[in-house]
Amino acid sequence: MRALVLAEGGSGFPPGADDFVLPPIFGSVTKPMVLVVLSVIIIATYFLLATRNLKIVPSKSQFVAETIYDFGRNNIAREQIGTKDFRPFVPLIFSLFTFVLVNNLFGIIPILQFPTMSRIGFPIALFIMVYLTIHAVGFKRHGFVGYFKHVMFPPNVPKAIYILLAPIEFVQRFVFQPLFLAVRVFAAMFAGHLLLLVFTLGGTALLEASTGFLKPASVVSWAIAIAMTFLEALIEVLQAYIFALLSANFIGAALAQEH
Amino acid sequence: MSSIVLAEAATSVNINAGLAAIGYGLGAVGPGIGVGLIWAAVINGTARQPEAQSKLMGIAWISFVLVEVLALIGLVVYFIASAA
Repeated sequence: MRALVLAEGGSGFPPGADDFVLPPIFGSVTKPMVLVVLSVIIIATYFLLATRNLKIVPSKSQFVAETIYDFGRNNIAREQIGTKDFRPFVPLIFSLFTFVLVNNLFGIIPILQFPTMSRIGFPIALFIMVYLTIHAVGFKRHGFVGYFKHVMFPPNVPKAIYILLAPIEFVQRFVFQPLFLAVRVFAAMFAGHLLLLVFTLGGTALLEASTGFLKPASVVSWAIAIAMTFLEALIEVLQAYIFALLSANFIGAALAQEH
Repeated sequence: MSSIVLAEAATSVNINAGLAAIGYGLGAVGPGIGVGLIWAAVINGTARQPEAQSKLMGIAWISFVLVEVLALIGLVVYFIASAA
């Protein structure tokens, strides 16, 4: 636990946003940057090794890799984009899912213990990529004017309502929905990691408390920290799923035909 | 007398962090109710028609994240407000 506190660069008990600003390892390279590169290496190596010699009757490792791929392809991409158009987007959705998943899981892996997505810059980069994709395919499908019409004037609405609805839909689809995609994964990872920090640093603070009878309470604090780690594991997987799911959902909405 | 006390309190104590925490607590009520309603509907639907569960779960996750993001934005706003 002491090592964890030291690894986090924690300075004192009430942990805050400053605990997420880690000192550079060398030059101006910080821990999250190293973790992002590491995640890419892990994902690429794993899938290259698992798919090296594919067989019709899969081995155990091939089965696991196929399950992950099948989940990204069928449960996320096909379900949200539709059977007709989903094929070109499978690589994007699948990469987003695995990339966010591995980066989130770094939050609970010992030694690494830092969810990359808890620095807003990384989700923002993913968000820009998804944003460009959504609107590029939308403009391609519906044409320039057609896409704005598709976004701002949904069918089967009384004419007068469009005065209110059109600006709301525009801001919603072009600003808030994709922006919240980034804020969601950032805030969830930030909050989860902060929660773990509160209980681990709180345990240390109790142990170092001057009054002797407070010291045993630190055990309770660390026990809660362990329980919270399991909760974190659930949330991290869920957030990766949601990120891919919503990206696919937005692409599907941009491609949808008028009914 | 009381005005001096008030002036001292205003200059020496910064209660922004506490106010922000209360605000976030209040702000988390809405998403809490919303998430509860969504899963209650899923449980009801599954109880009535167990074979529709997989379909319901897909819809539930999408609506769940739309509600959940409000609580998460509240957390971000808490940090902005408590720092000011």
